[in-house]
Amino acid sequence: MAELTLVEAINDGFHVELDRDPDVMVMGEDVGRAGGVFRATAGLRDRFGPQRCVDTPLAEAGILGSAVGLCMAGWRPVCEMQYDAFSYPCLDQLITHVGRYRWRTGGAMAFPLVVRMPYGGGVRAPELHDDSPEAYYAHTPGVKVAIPSTPADAKGLLAAAIRDPDPVVVLEPKLHYRTMRGEVPEGEHVVPLGEARVVREGDDVTLVAYGAMVPLAEAAADALDASVEILDIRTLKPLDEEALRAAAAKTGRVVIIQEAPRTAGYGAELAAILAEKAMLDLRAPVVRVTGYDVPYPYWQIEDAYMPSVERVVDAVRKLLEF
Amino acid sequence: MAVLPAERDLRRVIGDGEAVPDGEVEGLSENDLLELHRWLVLLRTYDERSLVYHRQGRIGTYAIFWNHEAMQAGSVYALERDDWIFPSYRESAIGLLRGMPASTVLSWWRGHPAGWWNPLEFNVGSICVPIGTHVPHAAGLAWGKKLRGESACSIAYFGDGATSEGSFHEGANFAAVMRAPLVLFCNNNQWAISTPLEAQTAAETLADKAVGYGIPGVRVDGADVLAVFEATREALARARTGEGPTFIEAVTYRSAPHATADDPAAYIDAARVEEEKERECLGRYEAYLRRLGLLSDEAAEAVRAEALERMREGIAAAEAEPPPDLSLLFSHAYANPPESFGSDLAELRRVRGG
Repeated sequence: MAELTLVEAINDGFHVELDRDPDVMVMGEDVGRAGGVFRATAGLRDRFGPQRCVDTPLAEAGILGSAVGLCMAGWRPVCEMQYDAFSYPCLDQLITHVGRYRWRTGGAMAFPLVVRMPYGGGVRAPELHDDSPEAYYAHTPGVKVAIPSTPADAKGLLAAAIRDPDPVVVLEPKLHYRTMRGEVPEGEHVVPLGEARVVREGDDVTLVAYGAMVPLAEAAADALDASVEILDIRTLKPLDEEALRAAAAKTGRVVIIQEAPRTAGYGAELAAILAEKAMLDLRAPVVRVTGYDVPYPYWQIEDAYMPSVERVVDAVRKLLEF
Repeated sequence: MAVLPAERDLRRVIGDGEAVPDGEVEGLSENDLLELHRWLVLLRTYDERSLVYHRQGRIGTYAIFWNHEAMQAGSVYALERDDWIFPSYRESAIGLLRGMPASTVLSWWRGHPAGWWNPLEFNVGSICVPIGTHVPHAAGLAWGKKLRGESACSIAYFGDGATSEGSFHEGANFAAVMRAPLVLFCNNNQWAISTPLEAQTAAETLADKAVGYGIPGVRVDGADVLAVFEATREALARARTGEGPTFIEAVTYRSAPHATADDPAAYIDAARVEEEKERECLGRYEAYLRRLGLLSDEAAEAVRAEALERMREGIAAAEAEPPPDLSLLFSHAYANPPESFGSDLAELRRVRGG
């Protein structure tokens, strides 16, 4: 196995998948000549040609809308949205067509496209380079949503998304693109959608997280004098409910961590499922540690916005004392 | 090659039987001319019967396309069977020209899943409801076919209001940049529900927008089926030789309400509507055929009777559809549906019955 950064793992996954399936193509702003602003698509244009790694006009709805037509012509387009908050124009196409077209044809046509984007804060970037928009995507019927937290999962979930017959949105934690390294299987590597991962086992409290909040959960666990179970959701839709309930039942105390704003965030969905289906396994209320219901702040105060080790530790202590 | 603004005058082929002489379209046989007539009558009959069916409570809200038939029939007649059509709701019945059963489209307006169709069967995309959002689909399809080395083109239909939408702009620009074989067909009926064209754009003509994309714009009389055919055929020839998209502005005047839920009395000039009805597209084409000696009263009546029969069969078949099974709520949203769909359906059946 190779030791790769998270973004190198994505790039490796692209090379494998484009080589494996000639119908797969990559499109987006600056993905070709520049290899992507984070270099996730570096080398693809040289190796597979400018027709399979396409620099598009600067138009997110146009990218995703034309990807719908490309699917109808038999392609499997992988669309890069340059940043989380720049993806919002593509929500128009995602909501009105991408999530509905298969249904509208009575299942006759498949739309095996992927939308992927760097997401999340903590990178000292200008405004609108920091959002966690996963709830918008997860709330849209007809699409699936995955968020890796490790280099190996970044490669494996991308492969699963590309091979999936349904539209899949993959959000990649940009904070860890280059700061995280890990073992990544060489060649074909698929992490099936819909399977959560137990990061570490414990008995006292369960931390549930995804994406960039998984390493934070690990840091919080290290700081605690308690036995901590950590569950990495990995796929928000379809959700691995069984793993969620098992992880909650094991300790009876659950803290959900999400960097997106709190209200109607994905953590609320997880908490609701536990309330509906795991009531008798719980020994304390389910609590959330989240971003706040404010615009993502300028970077000199972003650390105060983001869930932190201190906030997670504080939430865990309260639960242990409940 | 520099792209010049479109000619201001509308292209016409059909004369008025008096001062304006009839033209001729090269390559169209008498059979073609009569087939075009059948298509116009089929669409007209579909539209008029649908309005009746709506009033009888047999279909739901319906978007009327009366006097838009020439734009649809003329342009589709120029297509090859492999070419793709991307309709808006104003072209809801355009699939009939590709052999789609009337019952399918009527079921769509009845809100029944029997209104689903497989686009691959007819090379007709689903009816697009949100304005202009299918333009990028048509661009992507055309581009994707070109990437595969196939010769198929696509045509996207939209109205004057759609040219204000971002997705129109993004789709048109995409297609132009990729030199995608796309025809952008704008039916400029001068109204977006109650908003007149002058409140929609400050451009002198909609075809002028094409210049900004580096593609040609053409203005044509939207009530002249032959002029529409000819302009579309030229646009397709250009597309097939790799020169990219063309914007066709077909100008007409909406002589009916936007839809059955609309009452234009509040905003439209009734006298102008009556004036426009005088020059509606089917009547003009029939007069043209009669001047050529190609259409008799009996022949016209036979064509109408055939179309009416197709509609009678269509509505009967649509009304014979059993109520949709509850499983249709869940069965096609995903190729691999989540496990929760199974329990949701079981619970729904238990609570609701059925």
